Amino acid sequence: MGADVILFFFFGGLAVLGALSLVIQRHPIHSALSLILVMASLAVLYLLLGAEFIAAIQIIVYAGAIMVLFVFVIMLLNAGEEEQTNLSRVTRYIGLPVATALLAEMGWLLYRAWPGDVGVVPDRLVGRTSAVGHMLFKEYVLPFELTSVVILIAIIGAIVLAKKEL
Amino acid sequence: MTDWIANHPELVIAVVKIALLLFIFLTAIAYVVWFERKVIAHIQARWGPYRVGPHGLLQPLADGVKFLFKEDIIPANVNSRFLFLLAPFLAVTLALLAVAVIPFGPEFEIFGTTTGFYIADINIALLFVLGVTSLTVYSVALAGWSSNSKYPLLGALRSTAQMVSYELALTLSVIGVLLLAGSLSLREIVEQQSGRLWGVLPNWYIFPQFVAFICFFISSIAETNRAPFDLAEAETELVAGFHTEYSSMKFAMFFLAEYAHIFTASFLATVLFFGGWQSPFPETPFWQWTLYLPAAAAALLGLYFLLDTFRHPHSTLHRGLITLVGIALLGVGAGLALVPPVLLLVQGPFWFVLKTVAFLFVFVWIRATLPRFRYDQLMAFGWKFLLPLAVLNIIATSLLLVWQAN
Amino acid sequence: MVPVSYYLVLSAVLFGLGVIGFLVKRNIITIFMCIELMLNAVNLAFVAFAHAWEALSGHIYVFFVIVIAAAEAAVGLAIIIVIFRNRGSLNVERINFLKW
Repeated sequence: MGADVILFFFFGGLAVLGALSLVIQRHPIHSALSLILVMASLAVLYLLLGAEFIAAIQIIVYAGAIMVLFVFVIMLLNAGEEEQTNLSRVTRYIGLPVATALLAEMGWLLYRAWPGDVGVVPDRLVGRTSAVGHMLFKEYVLPFELTSVVILIAIIGAIVLAKKEL
Repeated sequence: MTDWIANHPELVIAVVKIALLLFIFLTAIAYVVWFERKVIAHIQARWGPYRVGPHGLLQPLADGVKFLFKEDIIPANVNSRFLFLLAPFLAVTLALLAVAVIPFGPEFEIFGTTTGFYIADINIALLFVLGVTSLTVYSVALAGWSSNSKYPLLGALRSTAQMVSYELALTLSVIGVLLLAGSLSLREIVEQQSGRLWGVLPNWYIFPQFVAFICFFISSIAETNRAPFDLAEAETELVAGFHTEYSSMKFAMFFLAEYAHIFTASFLATVLFFGGWQSPFPETPFWQWTLYLPAAAAALLGLYFLLDTFRHPHSTLHRGLITLVGIALLGVGAGLALVPPVLLLVQGPFWFVLKTVAFLFVFVWIRATLPRFRYDQLMAFGWKFLLPLAVLNIIATSLLLVWQAN
Repeated sequence: MVPVSYYLVLSAVLFGLGVIGFLVKRNIITIFMCIELMLNAVNLAFVAFAHAWEALSGHIYVFFVIVIAAAEAAVGLAIIIVIFRNRGSLNVERINFLKW
């Protein structure tokens, strides 16, 4: 029962709990906070997998900027509690069990498809920041520059869409 | 039990370091409030806290007792009690988390293991601190929204927008230092700043990255919601901004978190631009006497306190306290001077604390001197001036580095 | 030692919960958040495989997914704000008519 096993189960369980809470909660702000919890747990899991740069980017960009945008919009629009979803009887008694069964089968297949002895080596540091940086600027420099154009388009689009008058 | 301790010395050392750092840091936050009130008072030609202890030194204790005994009010129409109570908790947790990676001194040997004056030395320490800073936006947003009242909501929205905007300028201004240091680990950045620049100046990053330092410092003042960027929580503007509806201990937690952020900003400025725990004097034998500066500082402070017993005869209690503190400091100074290993150990933290106190003084000085920004001026300054300045600094630094490499 | 397949199963579970949330919820912002949950689950799978095969390109893909998710969140939330301004409701059942 090494420390990495305990950490995986604790933060994996936390991530699943956060995702369940996201789906079950009625008020969008609680769903947003559950999603932040999921992202934080995933950041720890990335650290367990040796992806230090991606873990930091997940916290800074995803949990610290994108979710702030979500929380901001929820606060501004003052979206109230969600109305009761009226799941039809087909959905409730056939759909949800079948969905759960399909998901369980998908999980089982994934578990069977990958050999169980290929484990996560705790000290294998694959994602050194310098290595990721080298790759970003050497082999993937074209997608990198294109994403900057995408972000520029997104900024302009968001400003134009949300303005009161053009 | 004892052999478990012997087998895991790193764990025990880590626990001891965490306990020590928490104790020292929380006391320091309490006393920086005293420091700020005294400095602002003296700038405004008055005395500040004076009566509670000698020179008002027991004022933080009185404030702490006041916060503990104040009535704890939770307004009846908060949106969500859970979020209302989560916000100050989150603020304090994140504020105290950021100091875990700051190196206060060099590495040293203790009980057979080499360790440093930091709790954790991680490869991505700088990104860690930036990540924690970006998460503090939530405590403000949740506090303002869950209060379900117009002044906190407005204050929280403005404060959140301001923090997110200046976070960009902060991150970009730090990249110049990153280019020069070549590592994200704060301990590594401090060690890269050792040595001399042109034989005379210390090799600190303030000299090549002066523009980045200005950018960083202004962004960190805005990021911590300090004057002149404190529109979101100024009393004349929005009652008290996002923490209007909070009382007693929860307000104290926001207060604590704000001053902890000021400390973190000062720590980062010291580590990134001023060489961290390194002394400005060279290591040559001519300058060996500077090793005794911590002892001299402690002794001089002790002498000042001892002389103070005659100058300010406020009450017997004060006189007794001052005499005790004075004698204790003199003892510390003498002890440091006489025991060389302890003197060498204290060098790093001494210079670090000195530089941090200098930055804290500048923070307080700016608060006492400058008038407040209007909100649109604030946002325009962050987006239209600081952000392009930081980007230009990155471009200039990279060009210079490439030119130097050829 | 945790087998890599555990991480993949966790990724599948999170993805499935995202799909269920997307289909069941009514508030359009919550639906959007379920999309982000699905993207996060995929990121976890990418990083797990990058660790198993010691291939750094997995991290690069995660980087690009995060960046594109950021751009998408910005534009999507702007659209949601415009919808709220015009229709006055965030319930997807009230905004499924192209006219009136």
